[in-house]
Amino acid sequence: MINPGLSVNLGGIELASPLLAASGPFGYGHEYLERIDCSALGGIIVKGISLKPWPGNPPPRLAETASGLLNAIGLQNPGLDHFVKEDLPLLARAEPRLIVNIVGCDIDEYAAVAAGLSGLEGIDGLEVNISCPNLKAGGIAFGTDPAETYKVVGAVRRQTNLPLLVKLSPNVTDITIIARAAEAAGADGLSLINTLSGMLIDIETRKPLLGNIFGGLSGPAVLPVALKMVWQAAEAVKIPLLGMGGITTAEDALQFIMAGARAVAVGTGFFYEPEVISQVKEGLENYLVKHEIKALGKLEGAARKGGIINGAC
Amino acid sequence: MVTEKQAIAPGYCRLSFKAPHIAGTAYPGQFVMVYMNSGYRHLLPRPFSIFTRNRDKEEVSLLFAVKGQGTELMASAEVGSLWKISGPLGSGFPALPEGSLLVAGGIGLAPLAFLAASIEKPRTLIYGARTASQLICPPGVLDLPNLEVIEVTEDGTRGERGTAADLLLGLLPGPPALFACGPGPMLRAVKTLCLHSGTPAWFSVEEKMACGIGACLGCAVQTPKGYSRVCREGPVFSAEEVFNND
Ligand SMILES: Cc1cc2nc3c(=O)[nH]c(=O)nc-3n(C[C@H](O)[C@H](O)[C@H](O)COP(=O)(O)OP(=O)(O)OC[C@H]3O[C@@H](n4cnc5c(N)ncnc54)[C@H](O)[C@@H]3O)c2cc1C
Ligand SMILES: Cc1cc2nc3c(=O)[nH]c(=O)nc-3n(C[C@H](O)[C@H](O)[C@H](O)COP(=O)(O)O)c2cc1C
Ligand code: FES
Repeated sequence: MINPGLSVNLGGIELASPLLAASGPFGYGHEYLERIDCSALGGIIVKGISLKPWPGNPPPRLAETASGLLNAIGLQNPGLDHFVKEDLPLLARAEPRLIVNIVGCDIDEYAAVAAGLSGLEGIDGLEVNISCPNLKAGGIAFGTDPAETYKVVGAVRRQTNLPLLVKLSPNVTDITIIARAAEAAGADGLSLINTLSGMLIDIETRKPLLGNIFGGLSGPAVLPVALKMVWQAAEAVKIPLLGMGGITTAEDALQFIMAGARAVAVGTGFFYEPEVISQVKEGLENYLVKHEIKALGKLEGAARKGGIINGAC
Repeated sequence: MVTEKQAIAPGYCRLSFKAPHIAGTAYPGQFVMVYMNSGYRHLLPRPFSIFTRNRDKEEVSLLFAVKGQGTELMASAEVGSLWKISGPLGSGFPALPEGSLLVAGGIGLAPLAFLAASIEKPRTLIYGARTASQLICPPGVLDLPNLEVIEVTEDGTRGERGTAADLLLGLLPGPPALFACGPGPMLRAVKTLCLHSGTPAWFSVEEKMACGIGACLGCAVQTPKGYSRVCREGPVFSAEEVFNND
């Protein structure tokens, strides 16, 4: 049983729990759903889907660093058709809400994937990953340029009536500009943050640790950075936010909510502790009881409103 | 729970764990993920092949080389301490036919010792390393009925002198199947010999892992069919599937 006080509406997606599986670490869901108790999970955001299969990056694809993980999977995925035929039927039966993360190497590909997913049973929303390099604009990530962000989100918006989340890249000088561009293009919510760009070197072989040289940093190491960006985005837009970046405990999740997130997602935390979601849910419920708060929503942005004003809300 | 610890030689350790589910269901070539108990410092669990299994005592043991911080932590584990391990994971070896050849390089012995213990019919294990101090199998483990063990070191400090591949030259063709685990260069050499002699072969390979269950796509290796997951389709692959480039 999930405390009814934990239910939230994320840009039109009704979630029984504010805890989601972030896109990527959770794959297409089956592996974890078979093994762990997923009853506390409000939604699953599946790994990015492109139009045609993408092969992914050469190994090694993973490297551990202090309290963090560097990955360069390269958005390996089986493509839209395979996903719809093989993965979706299994996932649609699962209890949590299903959000499909979409990727593309140009605007047409994003739009085509969105069109292909629209109207399919079992899909509750889309999340557009705008951290992909735009191959038609010199390989610059869509999500680092407000005009490109506006164009790609607009193109996806025109293809679907599903609730639309836009996943922001933290590798930008000012997250609020991109956040506003996504909102203006019709996003129903924003997800942040994606991984921070980084690298590691093996001093014995004197070569980069990752096959792709550069990768994305996630895990507890990035939490303060992610939290700040959620705070900034909350000031900049009116649409709800899905906060993520290093969450492994209820205390972490509460910080994101208090910074302005409506719901939160966990990625790398599943590697550290596969039962992470049940533990975070329990911690959230305990916090609500302890502080006599009826609904988690009351805490949304609490830290931005000057903290506790007159005790319990 | 750690039930036994054997510090075998400098830099090598064997830990036994009470783990009824794993001990009851594992088959040779499968691995477990060992979760670090250092808080956030080490986020990822470490993969280890199952070295021995004792169904009656509901125990499995792991044989490992101390490589970095994770294996250092494990080597300092105390008997009676609680560690979280998950498994059995991955797809292990196919059934071992009589007369098979097993080839272990260094710490690559771990999955092959479990495989060798799976039948009592005659089979041969070539156990090689650079030097005698790296032949670290704890006493007794390889005292199995009808198992012939041939030790080989590159510097000749124990057993035959040379590499495992040198020894194979004289033994192939003949055996119905070959199973190997060890460093990349050794497996590449063994693969070439197996292909030339028409010997079916299976290798246990390594890649960095995060989830260990097939979700994250972090442990990919290149195969002729594209990338495969070491934790799900592997860690055991046929010789044709792996080491095809460089
Ligand atoms: C299927 C499988 C079975 C294995 N079985 C054994 C075994 O029986 N005995 C044994 O000694 N070793 C085995 N290994 C290798 C073992 O997992 C690594 O030596 C160990 O993870 C090193 O951890 P560390 O923290 O000490 O080293 P670090 O170098 O500090 O590790 C840093 C990170 O890299 C990862 N890593 C480093 N080397 C490897 C590697 N070779 N493979 C996978 N991940 C690695 C670690 O998990 C960790 O996330 C196996 C690996 C795989 C994939
Ligand atoms: C192995 C791995 C794969 C990922 N794959 C994707 C992906 O396909 N699409 C995406 O939008 N984000 C992807 N991410 C980013 C996560 O969804 C998340 O934004 C980020 O890791 C921060 O959260 P965390 O610290 O909880 O992992 C991936 C992250 C990891 C670690
Ligand atoms: S370790 Fe995650 S897919 Fe293999």
